[in-house]
Amino acid sequence: MFEGGPVATRTLHVALVGNPNAGKTSVFNALTGARQKVGNYPGVTVERCWGEVELDGRRIRLVDVPGLYSMNPESEDEAVAVQAIRGEVRGEPEPDVIVFVMDGSNLERNLYLFSEVVQLGKPMVVALTMTDLVRKEGHRIRIGRLSEELGVPVVPVVAHKKIGVRRLLQRVQQAPAVGYPLPKESWPSIAARYDWAHRVAAEVLGAAHRGLRRRTTDRLDRWLTHRAVGLLVFFVIFYLVFQSIYTLSQPLMDAIGAGFDWLGAWLGDLFAPVPALRSLLVDGVLAGVGTVLTFLPQILILFFFIGVLEGSGYLARAAFMMDRLLSWCGLNGRAFIPLLSSFACAVPGILATRVMPDRKSRLATMLIAPLMSCSARLPTYMLVIGAVVEPRFGPLWAGAALFGMHLVGLAFAVPIGWLLNRKVLRGRSLPFMMELPPYQMPKWRDVGLAMYLKARTFVQTAGTIIVAMSVVVWALLYFPRSEETVRRLEAEHAALGAQGVSREAFLESGLVQQSYLGRMGSGLERVFGLAGFDWRLSTALLASFPAREVAVSTLGVIFNLGGEVDGESKDLRRALAEARRPDGAPLLTPAVAASFMVFMALCCQCMATLATVRKETGSWRWPVFLFAYMTLLAYGASVAVYQVASRLIG
Amino acid sequence: MADVRQGMSARILAIDPTVPEARRFQEMGLTVGTVFRVLKVAPLGDPIEIELRGFRLVMRKGEARFVRIQALEAADV
Repeated sequence: MFEGGPVATRTLHVALVGNPNAGKTSVFNALTGARQKVGNYPGVTVERCWGEVELDGRRIRLVDVPGLYSMNPESEDEAVAVQAIRGEVRGEPEPDVIVFVMDGSNLERNLYLFSEVVQLGKPMVVALTMTDLVRKEGHRIRIGRLSEELGVPVVPVVAHKKIGVRRLLQRVQQAPAVGYPLPKESWPSIAARYDWAHRVAAEVLGAAHRGLRRRTTDRLDRWLTHRAVGLLVFFVIFYLVFQSIYTLSQPLMDAIGAGFDWLGAWLGDLFAPVPALRSLLVDGVLAGVGTVLTFLPQILILFFFIGVLEGSGYLARAAFMMDRLLSWCGLNGRAFIPLLSSFACAVPGILATRVMPDRKSRLATMLIAPLMSCSARLPTYMLVIGAVVEPRFGPLWAGAALFGMHLVGLAFAVPIGWLLNRKVLRGRSLPFMMELPPYQMPKWRDVGLAMYLKARTFVQTAGTIIVAMSVVVWALLYFPRSEETVRRLEAEHAALGAQGVSREAFLESGLVQQSYLGRMGSGLERVFGLAGFDWRLSTALLASFPAREVAVSTLGVIFNLGGEVDGESKDLRRALAEARRPDGAPLLTPAVAASFMVFMALCCQCMATLATVRKETGSWRWPVFLFAYMTLLAYGASVAVYQVASRLIG
Repeated sequence: MADVRQGMSARILAIDPTVPEARRFQEMGLTVGTVFRVLKVAPLGDPIEIELRGFRLVMRKGEARFVRIQALEAADV
């Protein structure tokens, strides 16, 4: 009593424990709101949420423990949850009180977990959720009786209406002093625990506990998981989701881009006297920050839909219907959302792997998601197809080629997913058992909070890495640079006469060619030569490693047209189509075009993806692996394409 | 229980104790003697949705085959 001050002033550590789908996150959100912090448990891909509240001058620190079905952990998430409950997580104090979140409409299975957690001998308080739904069906849970049976206080909570939240905190604060009686029963087997759970559930709710909330759900499921209608609805819903990420985010991204262009111009004028600093700020730092922010619209839109679909219960149905398609390459139905989103952009796609509770499938999905053809690849496809395929084979083949390029990554993703699951990732796959929760209205506050927290953590963690990488690549493209080189290039331009090439474009092109990155491009010509690329295509590919969307503008710079070109640019298409090798042979033959696009399709040219994988997995190991395997795959495949195609079609 | 029909009810007789999934099945409520109803087979033929103990669970046929069941007549339910 005399050490560490009086008990009442010490921070109280509380762990929120419960089944998945029990409403744990809602309770946590109601307690902490937007003040919560999100991070990772050390060394694992499991998210850790915590937050602090104050009650009557006493600080209470809450940790939202991942949902679990049993204290005998099978997945990584469950293992972490059990460690957190037992106080075995590094840097995290043992919880003083456990708040057990219990779904009042699914008592038996929730009571089963309770019977395991209660044996830890810690002070506990039960937060009983979904009581409003039970009441709506005309039933009532006998709270007092439940509390007697469990031997701990029970507080009904309707989280999204903040009902019971304050009382829950009061009970939590009293818990360590009051303690609680030891469980009256001991259970020799799982079956015995379930027998007890069944008896208690029947005691407090009567026979109704096994028949709650069926009518609405049955009525909806009759169509929503129907053999034909269900699939149709599924495709309509996900078409809308995909279209929204793809098109709705575009104007927002353009607006952010325009804002940063304006800011860049303003900063450029401000720092004009110091060209190196000006370039660092505008082309390095500001470009990096701009990249980070352009991802936000897609992340927010995707997590809005995930929030709504998950909160309503539909996400589990979608996984139920899609499982068969994904199971044969070792994934499961839940991988559908991340993979689909990745066709717009892999960054929100990778963030969405959080919907998968099993670590192994989550990692496998994360590692194949970047193979899906994202929107950033589109301009390059348009440019090359417009320069080579369309003039030679007509618009029909151009369309087919564009469609085909979207299938290349997918075709590789299936066997790679299989390999990752069978050969690379350790640990056995869990049995695919998933609860289909009853349908309900999504809780808008929870949806909004999830969107906000996702965006905030992305900017804080992945954002920092992206800006740092952006500066490094800027340096590689900017240095070395001397007055001498500039004078030499100016002289060359003057000697060339006015051939329609502006002085700025000529200078830029020359400076890129002699930059560190340009030299690497030239140095790698022998290596990339096997895939049919000359120094110009090689440099464009190298410069695209931080973000593949710059491939087109880099080609613009290299071909003396400046960086302000896009995939539809007629000048750039013509320049590419007319480009020659030193021996006078055309550069962009159909074989080179195919090889170039295949490289773009398969290579991980996106630092934001790598930074996001780093953030999600908590270590550099997986991003390095992802980068290595995709780069090798891209190189191997483009060499193969070039070698075969150049012999067949020239 | 790999070959079940939509709408049928059944009682669990035994779970193959040698498979690693056995424990998780029981923890999810599939204990010996539990009666469940098959609500749906997924549109592509797998997995299946069952109802037991007042909640609904999806499992794959490939894993469900470790559970031995006895089909019940409507009158037994």
